[in-house]
Amino acid sequence: MTPALAFLNVPRLVHLSTVDLVIIVFYFVLVLAIGFYLKERANTGEDFFMAGREMTAWIAGLSFLSANLGALELMGWAGSAYQYGILATHWYWIGAIPAMLFLALVMMPFYYISKTHSVPGYLKLRFGESSRVLSSICFAFMTVLMSGINMYSMALVLKIILGWNINVSILVSSLTVAIYVSLGGLRSAIFNEVLQFILIWAGALLIPILGLIEAGGWAGLKARIAVNASAEYTHMWSTMGHFKDNPMGIHWTGIVFGLAAVISTGYWTTDFLVVQRVLAAKDLRAAKMAPIIGAAFKMFVPFIVILPGLLGLALLPMKLMPEAQAIATGGHSYNEVLPLMLARYCGPGLLGLGITALIAGFMSGMAGNVSAFTTVWTYDIYRALINKNATDKHYVTMGRLSTIGGVIISVVTAYVVIDFKSIMDYVQALFSFFIAPLFATVIIGMLWKRATPAGGFWGLLAGTGSSVGMWAWVKLDPTALRYVALSPYARDMAENMYRALWSCLTCAIVTFLVSLATKPKPEAELKGLVYGATDIPSETYVSMFHRPWFWAVVVAVIFVGLNIIFW
Amino acid sequence: MKAGGSISIWFFIGISLLVNGLLILGSGIYELFHAPQVPVVLFHLHASVWWGGILALLGAGYCFYFAPGKGRV
Repeated sequence: MTPALAFLNVPRLVHLSTVDLVIIVFYFVLVLAIGFYLKERANTGEDFFMAGREMTAWIAGLSFLSANLGALELMGWAGSAYQYGILATHWYWIGAIPAMLFLALVMMPFYYISKTHSVPGYLKLRFGESSRVLSSICFAFMTVLMSGINMYSMALVLKIILGWNINVSILVSSLTVAIYVSLGGLRSAIFNEVLQFILIWAGALLIPILGLIEAGGWAGLKARIAVNASAEYTHMWSTMGHFKDNPMGIHWTGIVFGLAAVISTGYWTTDFLVVQRVLAAKDLRAAKMAPIIGAAFKMFVPFIVILPGLLGLALLPMKLMPEAQAIATGGHSYNEVLPLMLARYCGPGLLGLGITALIAGFMSGMAGNVSAFTTVWTYDIYRALINKNATDKHYVTMGRLSTIGGVIISVVTAYVVIDFKSIMDYVQALFSFFIAPLFATVIIGMLWKRATPAGGFWGLLAGTGSSVGMWAWVKLDPTALRYVALSPYARDMAENMYRALWSCLTCAIVTFLVSLATKPKPEAELKGLVYGATDIPSETYVSMFHRPWFWAVVVAVIFVGLNIIFW
Repeated sequence: MKAGGSISIWFFIGISLLVNGLLILGSGIYELFHAPQVPVVLFHLHASVWWGGILALLGAGYCFYFAPGKGRV
C-alpha cells in the first residue's frame, strides 16, 4: 500500500475494490464539474442566492426533498427502524406529508408573491426588523452548527464503514462543498442535490429489493420479525394507545399533535433550508407543485431507509445494540444496519455506488445548510445590520465569502463535536427550540390580518423562551417529565413532541394577546403578505392535471391508504 | 431546467447513471467468470449485472434525450 493510501489501512466494516473507489472519485469529480460549469450563471444576487428563480417544479421539488435527505437521515432512521420497528415511518408519513401539502397549498402563495429572499425576510415584511433579526441570527447560528454536525457524522460514518481517517474525510467533504456552492451559489447546490437524490435511490434501492427476496416477501419479513423481536414492530398505529405499549414510549397524541401538527409543519414550512429550494421556482404554480412532488417521493423514502432497518432485524445474524454498548463490547450499533445490509448484498461496483449514495446524502445536507446560511447571513444580517447600501456585486462577493466562512465554522464545529459529543444532543435540541414557535409566528402572520409587529416579536421570543425553559426544567429535575410530556414513562422523542406543542401554543397565545393590545399595520401594507389582503392568481386557465390541488389530493389519498395498510 | 449555457441537469444525471452503470455491469460480468472467494448473499442473482445494465440503459436514454443542443429542459 502506498503512503497516500495509508489512511485506508485501518479496521473497517466493508472493503472497497478499485471499481468502488473509481465510482466514488467520479462522483466528486462530477459534483465539482457542475460547480465550475455553473459559475458563469451566478453573477447577480438573484442568480447566486435564488438560482435566478427559474427552477422547474421537478427540480425544485427533488431539491426540496434532497436537502432533507442529508445528515443522519439515511443511517439514523434505518437504525431507528431496527430499534423501534415500523413506528419510525411516522417521521416520513404523518410527520412530513400533511406539512408539505400545507406548505404547497396554503403558505407558498404568500412566500412567493411577497418575493422574499428568505423566511426571516418574510418576517421583516410582515412584522418588522426586530422579528427578522431575532429569527435570522438564531437560524444562521443553528444552521452552521448543524452543518458541522453533518460533517462530523459523515466523517464518523466513513471511518466506521471504510476505516477512513476523520481529518481526511472532513477536509475532502468540506472543500468540495465550499468549492461548488461558492462558485455556483444556490443553483449549484440545487443541481447537485438533484444528482445526489438520483444517486441515493440508485445506490440504496437494491437493498430492499434483495432483502425482500431473501426474507420471502413482506409476509416472510413480518414472520421473521415476530420471532426475532415482536409482531408489534410491524404496526404503525395499533400500539400507540399507551406510552408503555410500544418501544418508542410515545402516545398517538404526541405523534399527531406534537410531531405532525407542530414539529413537522414547523420544519417543512418555515425552515429556510428546505423552503429556499421552493422559493427558487420559476412561477407560483411551480412553487406550489414542488412540495407536492417532494411529498410524493417522500412517501416512498421509507422503502430505502425504514425497510432496510426492518430487514436487518429479520435477517442479520448478529444482534445490533446502542452506540455506547457497541463501543464497549466491540459489537455493531443500530446505526450500522444500513452499511451492514449494503455489505450483505452488494459486491464490487454496487458497494461503491451504495457508499456514494451515503456520501451524497451527507453532502446534500451539508450544502443545503451552507447555502441557506449564506443567504440569511448576506441578506438578513449583513445587509440589514452592517452594510445597507452596497452594490449587488458586493453582496454576491459577500455570498461567496460567507459560503467559505460558513464551511470553516462548520469544520470548527465538527472538531468541537469530536471533543464534546454531548454537544450534538444539545444542538439538536436547540434547533427544535426555534422551529415550533417560528411556525406559529409565520402562520399567524399569514392568516390573521390583526396580528401586529409587537405581537409577532414577543410571541416568537416567548415561544422560544418557554421551549428552552421546559428543556432546562426537565434537565434539572427529571420528574418534571410528567408535566412536560404528560407521562413519567415518556422518552426523549415524546418529550420533544410535547415541548414543541407547548412552545407553539405559548407563542400563539402571546402573539394573540399582544396583538390585541397593540396597533395593527394598515391593510395596504399587508398586501401580498396576508390571507384576505392578497390577490392569489387563479388556476382555472390550466387543465385539472396541471393543478396543484389535484395532485395534492392524489398524494393525500395514497398517504391515507398507506397508513391504513400498515395500521 | 438548463444548467449554465446549454446543458440540462438531466444530461449530467444521465452521464452519472451511464458511467456508474457501465462500471457496475463490467464488474458483474467479470464476476460471472471469476466468482469471488466470499460471495455476497444472493450472489446467484447477479444483481451487479442486471442493476448495472438498468442504470446504464437509463443513463444512455437520459444522455441521448437531453443531449446539449437538443433544446430539451
